[in-house]
Amino acid sequence: MTQTAEFTSDIEMASQPEAVVVPALEVRDLRKEFIRKDGKRNGWRRRRRRVPALKGISFSMERGETVAILGQNGSGKSTLVRLLSTLLLHEGGTAHVFGHDVFREQRRVRRMVNRVSVEASFFKKMSAVENLSYAARFYGMGHGETKEKIPVILTRVGFPEDRRREPMENLSRGMQQKVALARALLTAPIMLLLDEPTTGLDPRSKLEVQSFIREIRETHDATVLLCTHDLAEAEALADRVGILHQGELLVLEHADELKTRYSAVTLEEAFFAATGKSFEEEGDEDENKEGGD
Amino acid sequence: MQGAAATLRHEMIGLAGVIERNVYLVKRYIWWDVAFFVWTVANTLTIVFIAKGVPSLTPAEVDHLTTVLLIGAVIWAYLGIIFEIVTETVAWERWEGTIEYTFMAPLSRPVHLFGMGLFAIVYGVVRAVLLFGVVALFFSLDLPNANYIAALVVLVIASVSFIGIGMMTAVLPLISPEKGTQLGFVAQGVLLVVSGVYYPISVLPEFMQWIAKISPATYALDAARKSILEGYGLTQLWGDIWPLLVIGVVAVPLGLFVFRRGEQHAKRHGKLKRSG
Repeated sequence: MTQTAEFTSDIEMASQPEAVVVPALEVRDLRKEFIRKDGKRNGWRRRRRRVPALKGISFSMERGETVAILGQNGSGKSTLVRLLSTLLLHEGGTAHVFGHDVFREQRRVRRMVNRVSVEASFFKKMSAVENLSYAARFYGMGHGETKEKIPVILTRVGFPEDRRREPMENLSRGMQQKVALARALLTAPIMLLLDEPTTGLDPRSKLEVQSFIREIRETHDATVLLCTHDLAEAEALADRVGILHQGELLVLEHADELKTRYSAVTLEEAFFAATGKSFEEEGDEDENKEGGD
Repeated sequence: MQGAAATLRHEMIGLAGVIERNVYLVKRYIWWDVAFFVWTVANTLTIVFIAKGVPSLTPAEVDHLTTVLLIGAVIWAYLGIIFEIVTETVAWERWEGTIEYTFMAPLSRPVHLFGMGLFAIVYGVVRAVLLFGVVALFFSLDLPNANYIAALVVLVIASVSFIGIGMMTAVLPLISPEKGTQLGFVAQGVLLVVSGVYYPISVLPEFMQWIAKISPATYALDAARKSILEGYGLTQLWGDIWPLLVIGVVAVPLGLFVFRRGEQHAKRHGKLKRSG
């Protein structure tokens, strides 16, 4: 055992079902606003306005559950994931991961959470092994541990052995995303945040990544929050599906219940009924709501 | 107690991770480093040859001025590397797109920043020694009294202050992703002007001399010249060492505080993210 005592106690708490009374994730009235500059000026200064990205959303997840959050671009999905990853500060409300306050106990939460985002995000000149190796150190994994675990995890995600020392920039998007999954799993997170992990992948890579997420669900004791705008992916992978629209969580329930609620045959129809918009329509990019320079 | 030991171990592994990552990057960008080194050698030679071109100097005075300029250029190159590596803690990661993953890792910020600083010192010392050696080959310098160990110790002490100042400027790309890095270069440029790298600070206007008093580079350069040209030991250099220690004791906690405030600002405004 090479993890820290603090980390170990968190893992142990989460791996003893009888001891766990807290939800894996509990979000209450979570609010986030960004400041956006508009084109007009007040004297020498460009005018700014507050744009809500999340308008007080509430939901909870049980340990081992997979929840998919559906939403158009700009609905607030990435903001939610970034808040839970401790990369943003909130305007109000609370968020707890296994009972730990995301905003007040950031380091404890960071030990329990990892994330795969739409961009693989690696040092491009460095190889997969090098990127995984240094990243694992940040989670307290020593050389001996990574030497043993990195080859195993790369094999699990189907990453070819002969390409492990190649610079990341030589790899396809699908390959890079597999390394991103490996990076997230290497640190044994008990909460996995997936922010559009298959967006932009070719169909084969998409199926491979989805199959691996399914495998994680079955073999790894992780709670998974999947933010996606792929309806089929949400239905195939999630226990419950939520619809996030313009910063509001309209509904969160089993896909079949959701369809029944909106008298819809498909999730796409349910989404249209819930939001009044087709799934392909673009919302405001929530990432762009943030203040610039 | 056991928990504290485990946490310390975790932090030490994290510190090793920061250094390991930078070593990988140097390996992967080695030709870029070689090109940068050649440029630094050329730049240093350009400055040091000025001594040869000054008319009406005796050979001894030429040698003295050559050494003064060489020490100035090498020390500045070293401190510049320290400053740039720490300052680019954020800018580099933002450019590579890894910033979110680093900042969401359970690695304390002081350890993250000290890891960058520690790597910068080792990398900077290697570069400075090579630079000094290569440039010295162009001039037949005779430095029989040089106390290189004392010069090296002074450099390491000065590095602490520079790491502290680097932390303060590293925060600029967090606050302003587009202009932050350039503002860091402005800070570095100000230190270059006031610290007497190539001329005594006595030639500066009085207000610049006041700024020079709080620049660690002023004391580092003075001490390095005294140790290499006149063979001063650490005891004799105390007059330069204590201000460096005081600046370091103030600059590091202040740097950490400023960086923490900048990180909070970036999290509040959604700027802790990749660019492009």
